[in-house]
Amino acid sequence: MANKIRVATTSLAGCFGCHMSFLDIDERMLQLAEVVEFDRSPITDIEHCTNCDIGLIEGGVCNSENVHVLREFRNNCKILVAVGACAINGGLPAMRNHIPLEECLNEAYLDGIGVENPKIPSDIELPLLLDQVHPIHEIVKIDYYLPGCPPSADVFWKFLTDLIEGREPSLPYELVHYD
Amino acid sequence: MRQFIRGIAENNHYQATHLLQILRQIQSRYHYIPEPAIEQLSELLSIPRPQIISVIEFYSFFHLIPRGQYELLISDSITDHMLGKKSLLDYLANKLGVAVGEVREDGVVSLDNTSCTGMCDQGPAGLVNGYALTRLDHSTIDKIAALINQQKPLDEWPNELFQVDDNIYKSGLLLDQQIEQGAALKSAFKRGLKETLKEIDYSGLRGRGGAGFKTAIKWQFCSEEQQSVRYVVCNADEGEPGTFKDRVLLNSYADQVFEGMTVCAAIIGAKQGFLYLRGEYLHLQDKLQSILDQRRQNGLLGNNILGAGLDFDIEICLGAGAYICGEESALIESLEGKAGIPRNRPPYPVTQGYLGKPTVVNNVETFLAAAGIAVNGGDWFANIGTEKSKGTKILSISGDCAHPGIYEYPFGTTIQTILNDCGADDVLGVQVGGPSGTFISNQEFDRKLAFEDLATGGSFIIFNSSRNILDMVHNFTHFFAHESCGFCTPCRVGTSLLQKQIDKIVEGHGSAGDVVALEELCQLVKNYSHCGLGQTAANPILTTLERYPDLYQDRLKEISYEPGFDLDGALETARRMANRDDAGAHLAQTQMESEHE
Repeated sequence: MANKIRVATTSLAGCFGCHMSFLDIDERMLQLAEVVEFDRSPITDIEHCTNCDIGLIEGGVCNSENVHVLREFRNNCKILVAVGACAINGGLPAMRNHIPLEECLNEAYLDGIGVENPKIPSDIELPLLLDQVHPIHEIVKIDYYLPGCPPSADVFWKFLTDLIEGREPSLPYELVHYD
Repeated sequence: MRQFIRGIAENNHYQATHLLQILRQIQSRYHYIPEPAIEQLSELLSIPRPQIISVIEFYSFFHLIPRGQYELLISDSITDHMLGKKSLLDYLANKLGVAVGEVREDGVVSLDNTSCTGMCDQGPAGLVNGYALTRLDHSTIDKIAALINQQKPLDEWPNELFQVDDNIYKSGLLLDQQIEQGAALKSAFKRGLKETLKEIDYSGLRGRGGAGFKTAIKWQFCSEEQQSVRYVVCNADEGEPGTFKDRVLLNSYADQVFEGMTVCAAIIGAKQGFLYLRGEYLHLQDKLQSILDQRRQNGLLGNNILGAGLDFDIEICLGAGAYICGEESALIESLEGKAGIPRNRPPYPVTQGYLGKPTVVNNVETFLAAAGIAVNGGDWFANIGTEKSKGTKILSISGDCAHPGIYEYPFGTTIQTILNDCGADDVLGVQVGGPSGTFISNQEFDRKLAFEDLATGGSFIIFNSSRNILDMVHNFTHFFAHESCGFCTPCRVGTSLLQKQIDKIVEGHGSAGDVVALEELCQLVKNYSHCGLGQTAANPILTTLERYPDLYQDRLKEISYEPGFDLDGALETARRMANRDDAGAHLAQTQMESEHE
């Protein structure tokens, strides 16, 4: 067990679609489990990262909690990977970047149709929203990028097997063209 | 309005190719392009509505929402900054009561930045409703603000505000020997057109826009195309920051430039020519028009020129604020009334140019030289210069020197000679060829002006040791991001990323990996862009990174990574709205800081 490669994963401002696509490696998961051990991840329900070899991050950074989680991963993972369009570019959540945050919050919690008991949520347990959604490489240093929305199961497989077998990861053209 | 627009369309013979000229008149009258005007033009010119909108959005002098009755634009060239532009702009904004980029509430005035207006030797400069303003200082700004607040019509403003000087400090082969009107055509007809092309070939004349393609070969290729219609285009879209020699040539040597175009037309067999004049040089339009009229009266334009059976005329077309239109295929698109997006080359314009017909596009200075060669012969030109770069080059010198202005030098002249002549002391380096050219340090002043060493379209900006090179790189990088035409992704996205990355480093948020990332990005933008704009957009960074790596390193922090923006500041709106200020409502800028907390 001690020699297994340790992998952690998380979803920040994402939809878990990248994680679902990762699970699409199907039976190859068993092969992977022979050499890999999962640390903090929605798959394991472990709450905090300890020393890991690879961290896979889905989603961009939209609030203060995302920043803390991302930094925890950066601190603990030798290799940090931006997985999917949202982690790389901000993606769908970043569409709010064109609208001032104040308007977004007003619409959601004060003025929107059907809002009852209008009030901006305020509780120290709640993370505060950043005024813009950022790609993760704008907050911490990122080592690799896996493009796609989501990256296909084969992209995960190719990338992880390359890394695990000690090769510089490279994605062939067939895996990264989308039309 | 309907009548006004119908009138302009009629004057332009309902030609779709005249869309830019039509839009210029509408913008000038209404200070924007109103929606009904777009509908009406779409019908009158048979151009789809979205295409008209795309043209409006492409050019920075056209607007879909109203600008002020006085549209003030202040030149954002590095040379204007060196002359104190920033504080003047603040002063002006304050004086007029309008923020930069905005229209004042009463709609009287709008204020914004614009790319270099070609007045680098007499800046800080600007434009009011398209007309050039020079030598701005506090007292002229006081005057301008007062005139605007009194809503004085532009033609009642004092002339000195619009005074544009030639500032020719050193003349040589071309500037000393202005030809007599008609002399080049007479010589060409007398010698024979084929022989004249041979003389131009023998002279070794190469394109003066910067790329340096041999002029005679270009003309020859165009004349050999199996087509009956051909065009001659003079590229006066002098947009490279720091260049202004074409403005001077068109102000004082226009007759000879037109003559060079006419000689070209005779040789290649063209009946129509265009002068594509950058919109910033609107002040030259009337003067140029009257020179054309005079040439028509003297039998040098029109039908049967000089009785030699040549029919040829020249039309002036104005640009509307787009640097990319200096690229010849983008310029042709613009002449056709479209957005100036560079075409795929080949086919080159000599094969398929304006309206798909063979077209010669040459720089103002090239036509000027060609006319001189037609009169004086190839030897006259070829005897001067170096083996590969014949003749002289006219430079626009600006920046830190005693006498900024126009200088003509034989090719092969060293940079040090030029610096001595214009009175430049304590020089840190020179930007040769504008932002898309090369920055050379004070260790390289023995280098020579020549296509085989330092090629230039004419821009020569001098920086003394009080200047910060990163300010220049920052200015140039923003310029390219602004001027990218948006057609190809490596340039559209790449120039914005370069801008963001250079901002991060200049503002002191960079760490070791950031310079490496910057270099990688430079290579990507350089190698994958569609046209010269993207291919050269990284030059300011690459040429300075090569010479002054320490300048970049000094700005870096000794930590592994830091965000390029104020992380805690990004929570401010949410903090205020949730009415919170506890520890959890704040973020440290770096991971290290957050661990210390």
